[in-house]
Amino acid sequence: MYAILARMNYWPLLGVAVVVAGFALRANPALVVVIAAAVSALLSGVSIPDLLALLGAKFIDSRNLLVLLLTLPTIGLLERAGLREHAANWIARMRRFTFARLLIGYLAVRQVLSMLGLTGIAGHPQTVRPLLAPMAEAAAEKIDPDVDLAARERIRAFAAATDNTGLFFGEDIFIAFGAVLLIQGFYAQNGIVLDPRHIALWALPTAIAAFVIQSVRAMRMQRRLRQNASPAGGRGRSGAAAKGEHKDVRTDAEHGPRSRAAGAGEGGILSNAGHPHPNPLPPAGEGKNSGSGHRSRP
Amino acid sequence: MILRVEYVYWLCGVLLVACSLREARLRRWAHVAFWGILAAIFLLGDVAKSAAAHGNALPEQLAGAGVIALGLIAGFLRRAPTTESAADHARRRVSAQRLGHKLFLPALIIPFGTLVFTLALPFAHFGGIDQLGRAEGTLLALGLACVLATFAAIAFTRARVGDAITETGRLLDALSWAALLPMLLAMLGAVFAVTGVGEAIAHLTAAAIPVQSRLACVLAFAAGMVAFTVIMGNAFAAFPVMMAGVGLPLLIGQHHANAAALGALGMLTGYCGTLLTPMAANFNIVPAALLELRDPNGVIRAQVPTALWLLAINLVLIWSFAFR
Repeated sequence: MYAILARMNYWPLLGVAVVVAGFALRANPALVVVIAAAVSALLSGVSIPDLLALLGAKFIDSRNLLVLLLTLPTIGLLERAGLREHAANWIARMRRFTFARLLIGYLAVRQVLSMLGLTGIAGHPQTVRPLLAPMAEAAAEKIDPDVDLAARERIRAFAAATDNTGLFFGEDIFIAFGAVLLIQGFYAQNGIVLDPRHIALWALPTAIAAFVIQSVRAMRMQRRLRQNASPAGGRGRSGAAAKGEHKDVRTDAEHGPRSRAAGAGEGGILSNAGHPHPNPLPPAGEGKNSGSGHRSRP
Repeated sequence: MILRVEYVYWLCGVLLVACSLREARLRRWAHVAFWGILAAIFLLGDVAKSAAAHGNALPEQLAGAGVIALGLIAGFLRRAPTTESAADHARRRVSAQRLGHKLFLPALIIPFGTLVFTLALPFAHFGGIDQLGRAEGTLLALGLACVLATFAAIAFTRARVGDAITETGRLLDALSWAALLPMLLAMLGAVFAVTGVGEAIAHLTAAAIPVQSRLACVLAFAAGMVAFTVIMGNAFAAFPVMMAGVGLPLLIGQHHANAAALGALGMLTGYCGTLLTPMAANFNIVPAALLELRDPNGVIRAQVPTALWLLAINLVLIWSFAFR
């Protein structure tokens, strides 16, 4: 054991230390990563010209990771034309589509598609930012019309986490996917021959566990939203009724949910970065909507 | 016409040049340089690679200097002040009502177009498509679908091409240096692999554990998978290292673990680490920027409970399935 230790060059490990220290000190991550790569390479005895060539070659080789760039014109144009407002609007109109059902449904679809190898069909730029996040926010607003910015950010983050969970713990079951082939290839190099279907099978229990855990968390998040919506806790029904009465005073009661829905998009991501509370309607306008939310799930 | 995967990179390069020129109009010079250097690497990367293949390392060295410059400039990027007005909100709301579900169509062209093109590519026998690998084919399909979707979006929303550039610039500005982080981290992973960081960690782990104890070996393997994935941002990089260091010699060799179960569950244990690390930038940091969270680690925070629960479950699964 110690003979091996003596032969190894441990100095490049300082590159790892640079990464840890850089993130701990909250330095710019891009700069930290470049410095860590340079430190690790220089300590392993690479000369400066070779270091530059190494960084350049490896960076060029990873260009495929920035191809999400090509989705930006489409997403940007659609957002400009009101994609996020429409997505939020649509969810706000559909009573049966609750917060938890939306996220669990997305998780199920994402996980099944990943199992079939269709990983590129969804993702953070393609589906989470323009569709899932504003829909989740709108669904949360149906429960609690006064969700504050901190809660909105938690909801958006949870939407992104749901996409990641579905992707990671679905793709491992697809036998033609990299993970299974990597495992099989590694074993083959070391003289252990395995059927890829065998490896994929062992990923199934964790995939099911991931689905259950994330779904339970979505339901718990929904329950917290309900509790916040009716501060007294179990008073949800009467609270909603009181709001409903309030609503009747408004002349545009009929248009309540509609205009609310449009407002949902406004309070949604991006647009409210500068202004914390752009919601044009007073909370009383939500009476009908939040009331129905309470009644559908007492 | 010969279809090559480089065309996708050139398209990215052209888009970056356009965004860089847009920043020049706004006189934000750090941004001009940042996106400009990146554009040059995308447009000239293949030239540099073929030059290196012919023994001339200079273009790749210049690209390396460009990478260092990108790291130095990254700290100077600032979000443009938002120019959203009430009129913009009203206009978007009216537009959303007018277009309705039509708005989903161009967005859906990207995934379904990619799918259709990917499935169709093996049947295309022209333009050298036959020589493309699977990953390259998918990339090319994605590129084609994105171009198609952009044209559809321009047509449906009756926008101008200039608007597409403006909107891309706006989103790119929101992403800022986070857009670059996945590439930089992939580069770091490759550098770590070249400099032997992985082997060093595997040896240290193997040297530190009492090898006679099966439980200690399982815990060290799982902890190593998570820790190394957190450091590298990628379970694929951690897997061969931890398998060679702990998995093969100790768990399979000495404690007779089931190889298929250990492989699959070991990889999934690494994925729990992926949920926890800022180094997995394209999954954790880029979405935080895309969703405009004030906390860049907001997505990771949302993933911590899921990751820890799954880690515990995986440990139980390894313990009960790998040693039957």
